[in-house]
Amino acid sequence: MEHSPPPFFNRGPAPLVRLAFFASLSLALLVLDARFRYAEGLRSVLALAVYPLQSLATLPAAVGERIAGYFASQSQLREENAELRAKLLELSQAAQRYEAAQAESGQLRRLVGAAERLPLKATAAEILYNGRDPYARKVVIDKGSSGGVRAGSPVVDAQGVVGQVTRAHALSSEVTLLTDKEQAIPVQVVRNGLRAVAFGAGASGMLELRFMAANADIQNGDRLVTSGIDGTYPPGLPVATVARVERDAAYAFARIVCQPAAGIESGGYVLVLDAQAKRIPYPEEASPERDKRPGKFRKPRRKDADAAP
Amino acid sequence: MQLHDSPAARRILLPVRASTILGSLALALLANFLPWNNVALAPDFVALVLVFWCVREPRLVGLGAGWLLGVLIDVGNGVLMGQHALAYSLLAFAAITLSRRVLWFPLWSQALHVAALLLFAQGVSALVRLAAGAEFPGWSIAVGPLIGAALWPVVSVALLMRQRMPVDVDETRAI
Repeated sequence: MEHSPPPFFNRGPAPLVRLAFFASLSLALLVLDARFRYAEGLRSVLALAVYPLQSLATLPAAVGERIAGYFASQSQLREENAELRAKLLELSQAAQRYEAAQAESGQLRRLVGAAERLPLKATAAEILYNGRDPYARKVVIDKGSSGGVRAGSPVVDAQGVVGQVTRAHALSSEVTLLTDKEQAIPVQVVRNGLRAVAFGAGASGMLELRFMAANADIQNGDRLVTSGIDGTYPPGLPVATVARVERDAAYAFARIVCQPAAGIESGGYVLVLDAQAKRIPYPEEASPERDKRPGKFRKPRRKDADAAP
Repeated sequence: MQLHDSPAARRILLPVRASTILGSLALALLANFLPWNNVALAPDFVALVLVFWCVREPRLVGLGAGWLLGVLIDVGNGVLMGQHALAYSLLAFAAITLSRRVLWFPLWSQALHVAALLLFAQGVSALVRLAAGAEFPGWSIAVGPLIGAALWPVVSVALLMRQRMPVDVDETRAI
């Protein structure tokens, strides 16, 4: 004999059963995403579904900005225009000098048989908003994979490196800032060419050089540029300035805190550099086992800091 | 026995419409995607509206809706997949469990219950992120849930508005 309730009292599985089901589903997703990175396909599909809502949410700010720009006073614009003209003149001179120097350096490189550095492709993008994740330091920019942005590309502003594209959606991408705890960048001290790796220090907005011996030759005010040995960041981009060096005899490593060069937490426009454009192609006669090694070992190391685009 | 603060609230409500629930959840998603300067201080509107419907209509909105909204928030915010899904599933479960109790209190005491619920959800997602290796961003992450709970009376009144609208009155009827 059956004692099931009539269908209009049927409420489905018990709440605890449902909780167990959905909690285990979420935990499975978490493990898949955090450990194996298998959830990216699902993420990109759902990202298209939430994109209309996201763009609608950022619309008021964009419209407000446009209206404010419309009412900018003429004198302000003229002043800014004159300022920009002066700056353009100054920079074009610098660019001419840079071009000459680049040609000369290319000639010299050909002379010594070193590989010539290829020009970088840069895409200008605007920062839309801060990422809505208090546990990570990310921003969202308005260029995505349809605009030629790829995951892994370095992002710079007028003063230096800002971060790296970690996820490229169709019409927007996420940039992880250098100050994120999980972001690392290979750097070089301009003064003496010492190489190191700078890690984000998280909420303080600073960078840290880890695993530098206590007697390493680093002083306050040293400028750090990218060393380019990772094959991701082109060499010579300004990264940070050493702000504090703490040497404690009790520890094997010095504690070195650096102030990022770029306006990482502020600023509106950035350049996304194309990571692929500067890859030096493998030589034709390369043997298969050499082919597997990343190209960074053959890359020339340069100490000049003037290659910022 | 007093169930609500205002005499108007003591009226029998109209049945809820699906369009109200869906519309309010979509609006909450939109509010969550607004660009905030300080993310830690921004209230989680989706969690708030989810708690509201779980308390009011536990048979219509529950764990499944919470999980789905959580996944959408995870994707939209670009955080770890499943972080908000887990937090919202647990939040929906807790809200359904408390739903028989919460509505007996006046709005401000309800807000205290909601504060506990939202803090619990924030705690779950913080635990998930810390387990995944993120750094603790500071106690300011508890401010958002408290602001969200303070918005509870406003949200309750706004979301019940459509159920409080009078049915159209027939002037020619005798009674």
